[in-house]
Amino acid sequence: MINLTINGQLHELDVPDNMPLLWAIRDVVGMKGTKFGCGIAQCGACTVHLDGVATRSCITPVSAAQGEITTIEAMADDPVGSKVQQAWLDLGVAQCGYCQGGQIMNATALLKKTPEPETQEIIDAMAGNLCRCGTYNRILAAIERAADKEVSS
Amino acid sequence: MSQSDDTLLLANVSRRGLLKGLAGASALLLAARWDIGLANEQAQFGAGAMPGGWVDNPNVFIHIDANGLVTIVNNRAEMGQGIRTSLVMVAADELGADWDRVRAEQADGDQDKFGNQNTDGSRSMRHWYDPMRRAAAAARLMLEQAAANQWGVSVDQVRADIHKVVHPATGRELGFGQLAEAARELDVPGREGLVLKSDSELRFIGKESGLINGELKSTHPKAIDGEDIVTGKAIFGADVDLENTLYAVVARPPVYGATVKSVDDSEALKVRGVKKTVRIDGTGQPAAFNPLGGVAVVATNTWAAMEGRRALKIEWDNTPAGNNADYTSDTYRESLEKAAQSPGKVIRQSGDVEAALKEANKRVSATYYMPHMAQAPMEPPVAVVRVSGGKAEAWAPVQNPRATREGIAGLLEIDLENVTVHQTLLGGGFGRKSKPDFVIEAAQVAKAFEGQPIKLQWSREDDIQHAYFHAVSVDHLEAGLDGNGKATSWRHRTLSPSIASLFAPDPKHKAGFELGMGFNTMPFSIPAIRLENPPAPAHVRIGWFRSVYNLPHAWAIQSFAHEMAVAAGKDHRDYVLDLLGPGREVHNLTVGDGWNYGEDPEMYPIDVGRMRRVIERATEEAGWGKERAKGRGLGLAFHHSFVSYTAVVFDVEVDDGGQVTIHRADIAFDCGPQANPERIRSQMEGSCVMGIGIALQNEVTFQDGVAQQSNFDRYLLPRMPNAPKVVRVHLIDNPDDAMGGVGEPGLPPVAPALCNAIYAATGKRIRRLPVGDQLSA
Repeated sequence: MINLTINGQLHELDVPDNMPLLWAIRDVVGMKGTKFGCGIAQCGACTVHLDGVATRSCITPVSAAQGEITTIEAMADDPVGSKVQQAWLDLGVAQCGYCQGGQIMNATALLKKTPEPETQEIIDAMAGNLCRCGTYNRILAAIERAADKEVSS
Repeated sequence: MSQSDDTLLLANVSRRGLLKGLAGASALLLAARWDIGLANEQAQFGAGAMPGGWVDNPNVFIHIDANGLVTIVNNRAEMGQGIRTSLVMVAADELGADWDRVRAEQADGDQDKFGNQNTDGSRSMRHWYDPMRRAAAAARLMLEQAAANQWGVSVDQVRADIHKVVHPATGRELGFGQLAEAARELDVPGREGLVLKSDSELRFIGKESGLINGELKSTHPKAIDGEDIVTGKAIFGADVDLENTLYAVVARPPVYGATVKSVDDSEALKVRGVKKTVRIDGTGQPAAFNPLGGVAVVATNTWAAMEGRRALKIEWDNTPAGNNADYTSDTYRESLEKAAQSPGKVIRQSGDVEAALKEANKRVSATYYMPHMAQAPMEPPVAVVRVSGGKAEAWAPVQNPRATREGIAGLLEIDLENVTVHQTLLGGGFGRKSKPDFVIEAAQVAKAFEGQPIKLQWSREDDIQHAYFHAVSVDHLEAGLDGNGKATSWRHRTLSPSIASLFAPDPKHKAGFELGMGFNTMPFSIPAIRLENPPAPAHVRIGWFRSVYNLPHAWAIQSFAHEMAVAAGKDHRDYVLDLLGPGREVHNLTVGDGWNYGEDPEMYPIDVGRMRRVIERATEEAGWGKERAKGRGLGLAFHHSFVSYTAVVFDVEVDDGGQVTIHRADIAFDCGPQANPERIRSQMEGSCVMGIGIALQNEVTFQDGVAQQSNFDRYLLPRMPNAPKVVRVHLIDNPDDAMGGVGEPGLPPVAPALCNAIYAATGKRIRRLPVGDQLSA
């Protein structure tokens, strides 16, 4: 049995040790906000926080996910996360929206660690998150907005 | 109307079941007025000519409950273009609904009820703007009539305000919710009695809002799905959660057309959670929307299914694939380049090109290559299907629910009425999800699990290796210039496998709609023009990719026009404005295009004046003509597609190591009237980034019939550092022309504009995409 603490709630799962956290969250726990995009940590759609650190759940086996796991479903209750979400809404960032949960998770982790990042720091930190709709300029502007910096695009 | 036309009309109406239980002329009149329309039956062009046509019955699209909550049905696929917000906004504005009391409901796949639902070809707003406004205006009139009836006054004494109807003479008012029940009982008014709101009465349509070139104008009206997306609640294909679901992945033949020779699933069945394997028969070539065949592994979760698939031992039989098993990209490119040296099927001709080339003062010649690309939407194909008691129910992110139903019905040999398709949000489409093969594949697996939902998930490797690939292409151009550098002749040979090869024996030549995407519609004013299409066979599934054949045509033509300007020693902008000639309307038939994106050429001619205007606007905004620092340059390209006009200017810097930095993009866009400028801007911004990927990174190559890229580690897509530092979108204010498309026309000029900018910065000409490491070599 594997114990996972997701958004403050303990889940006892009967899954193999090597099952990626992504599939445990989606198929076994049944929370759908964390997305499958590539399975090899190249796109960031599956990003969750593990003890506050942005983590690619698609390559993290459940046996290594022993800490506080936070998903996009809990971001509205997080002061930084909710600010990021609001900036996303204000600037109309999302197109299809599929990658945006992972983008928000990554951006929130960045702002928690670095509340006032330089533009280049944001670009570097977000380089691992793909958006096929091409919303990068608005993502960048939204992160700067959430960080109380001037909006630019 | 002739007798045979009458018969056809009745047969069609009857087929749609609209006369069931009704009799006589009045029933026909009702059907004609509100459900399919005589216009639909007779239309040659536009929305009415699409399968299922248009519908503007308010009772189909608009529902108001007693509390005043307005539900507007969206019948088109939402894949990021924002149609759920934009189309609902159009109806809400005309209705007079308070945006905070409006919700969207997604229509199931039902073209008889909802009209055409094939979300493709940048058609949603241009085909549905008018019907949705009429539906909303009719609903508004019904609410007014209900209020007038209650107050015992005539309807012209009352007027609808925001979410209520008022009687100005007495100050009485009733909310939409209070009127809804009575309004629903009323006859739907005839179209002739509808009065649409004037522009000054509109609150949302055509109004700028949101983020405009770096400045936030307002945050209203908010996006329909915005909150669900940022909180993780939005439901995409894989998020459909039904009790008792089993999960499936499929091992497919690596070569198009190959089959399973033998399979040993003994190790797969030992994997914890694996329930069963299922053989899927492919249907051979051409594949159309049918599954490729292979072996499905079905398990209690996706991971177990993937682990089971890894443990399969499959021997493939390449014999049925024929020479697809020899398909290798380098060899193929060379064969097309060779074929491009000989004349091909003549598509369009004026003047004597060969003579003019001989007499030319200077000849310019170049060959351009664009590789296969995979659409790679962030959500890989996925579907949930349950087959039970001779019926099938599917939940899937599809662009074309009708084709999905037809495919499942055909596979299971059941009637269309017994197949239900629920449309989820699409995590990107870009043409991939216009092909419902993945849903039909899921139905084939579900058939083996009567009553149990099957969620069939494609991995990213599946998605890239088994895409319906964007056609690989070679375009060879030659032009003759006179002593002043002015073009006297233009010869263009275009070679690509055709999408038609997906549905019929390979024609090896481009179909009319493919040539009509910027090849024969090329609007330059040159005395001698000859356009040819030599043959190019298909060896993989070729399919629609956002903007489709406009991509190679714009890439080649716009790169070459720049090469001509360089050869002539002229400014690129001045040169192309001269090539285009004075503003005029070119009728599509005069250039051999009988397609015109399905639109009436009288309403939608190729308008050279509009083309000139976007070029002038983009170059002005970009500061064209100013001196640039060494290693920095501006590049221009423009294109007409999906009956809209786009010009792009990039400001690019290339360092000594070949690293490209995009300082700025200026995009001028003219789609005629703008329903939702906010989402038009976002489409242009997104097209810009996607086009940068086409220029710099995207490529799928084949070796012995097998795709050599399988995931984002080698199939490279643009990331935030690749995006322009600044993107400026300049929307042309043009409410008087007919409405054009938005989702696709922004993309074709992006790659050539970027490559032209790279030339301006470095003097290096890119003729083979992607740029990759060509600048550092």
